[in-house]
Amino acid sequence: MDRIPILKFENFLLVSIQVDMHDQLALTLQDDLTQKIVATRARAVLIDISALEMVDSFMGRMLGNIASMSRILDAQTVVVGMRPAVAITLVELGLSLPGIRTALNVDAGLALLRAAVERPDERVDGE
Amino acid sequence: MNRLASRLPAIVEQHQKEILAEWLSNQMTSGTWRSGRIPEAQLRDESQRFLSLLAQASQQSIEFDTRSTQWAEIREFLTDLSRSRATQGFTPTQVATFVFSLKQPLFKRATESLQSDPAALANTLWDATILLDALGLHTTEIYQQLREQLIARQQEELIELSTPVVQLWDGILALPLIGTLDSERTQVVMESLLERLVATGSSIAVIDITGVPTVDTLVAQHLLKTVAAAQLMGADCIISGIRPQIAQTIVHLGIDLSAVATKASLADAFALALKRRGLTVGRAATLGG
Repeated sequence: MDRIPILKFENFLLVSIQVDMHDQLALTLQDDLTQKIVATRARAVLIDISALEMVDSFMGRMLGNIASMSRILDAQTVVVGMRPAVAITLVELGLSLPGIRTALNVDAGLALLRAAVERPDERVDGE
Repeated sequence: MNRLASRLPAIVEQHQKEILAEWLSNQMTSGTWRSGRIPEAQLRDESQRFLSLLAQASQQSIEFDTRSTQWAEIREFLTDLSRSRATQGFTPTQVATFVFSLKQPLFKRATESLQSDPAALANTLWDATILLDALGLHTTEIYQQLREQLIARQQEELIELSTPVVQLWDGILALPLIGTLDSERTQVVMESLLERLVATGSSIAVIDITGVPTVDTLVAQHLLKTVAAAQLMGADCIISGIRPQIAQTIVHLGIDLSAVATKASLADAFALALKRRGLTVGRAATLGG
């Protein structure tokens, strides 16, 4: 069965979504990710969507859900690598991905997460 | 259509030389061709070519539908002709007159050969008129198409020219906007800005609207869309270059820009961008010392 790999790096979890999401895959990812956060005591999750050419409302909601779940487990989430065309489409559709932090690339995302983990009381980005 | 009209191909074929000579002398004496932009030899070549193509095409069929395949060659010839004429600066009337001026010699020959048969003469003249009108209009159409292509190309160039994205500092981009923002331009601006953000890995973009003459609700909406798209990708935007009148207009229109950092001048915006990046600019301590 399809499954999206989750990599552990220091105290971060790295997820790279490279295929179009469907319900089952999304559920599996949420399941795997929450278990992994608990098991590895990870403090932050980085989701790379640079391979995605399309993000629809389903994907947006799923990303939002993952961010909320991680927050409950005390892990910060950042979505990185959104393509320009995807951002334009989302804006045109009126989807602003509330509650999701974004960064341009993996470097910027890791820097953001490190800052967030070091200063857990402050919200780094204006949420 | 297979009626007495078939006399037209025969007339063109038989009297090709006389028609050509007369047509040429008509063209030479008319004011249009005395401008000296086209050498006589070229005009002769073109006229001869057109006439022989006309004879050839009308031989094949007397179906005077200029869209059908046997007229393809002559249409192509006219397309090339109007293209070269257009680049030489001829007006569409002058180009179309090239075709229309053939009527006089053609009608003259037809009248001479069909004197005894008025019905055939009328039909032949009618067919010749339809045919030459269609071909003449074709040249005008091509001329217009060329103009439209030119306009479209210039528009594209204008759009590209007016949306440069410049790098101010490591991680800071600036987008100086000049001219009115419409939907199409916003799209181009948004795309080029977002692409440059990714390419340079910049986290801050300064959008300078000093050169935007008016800001209405639509322009503001376009700006906010660009800002939202950049934020989705993880970059912050600062809007600068807001002139006093524009600030008043924005408030009077009730546009909410509170989600975006705004600055009066590009210098202020740049200073804010540097601060956000954790950089400072200072005077060198040992200047001249």
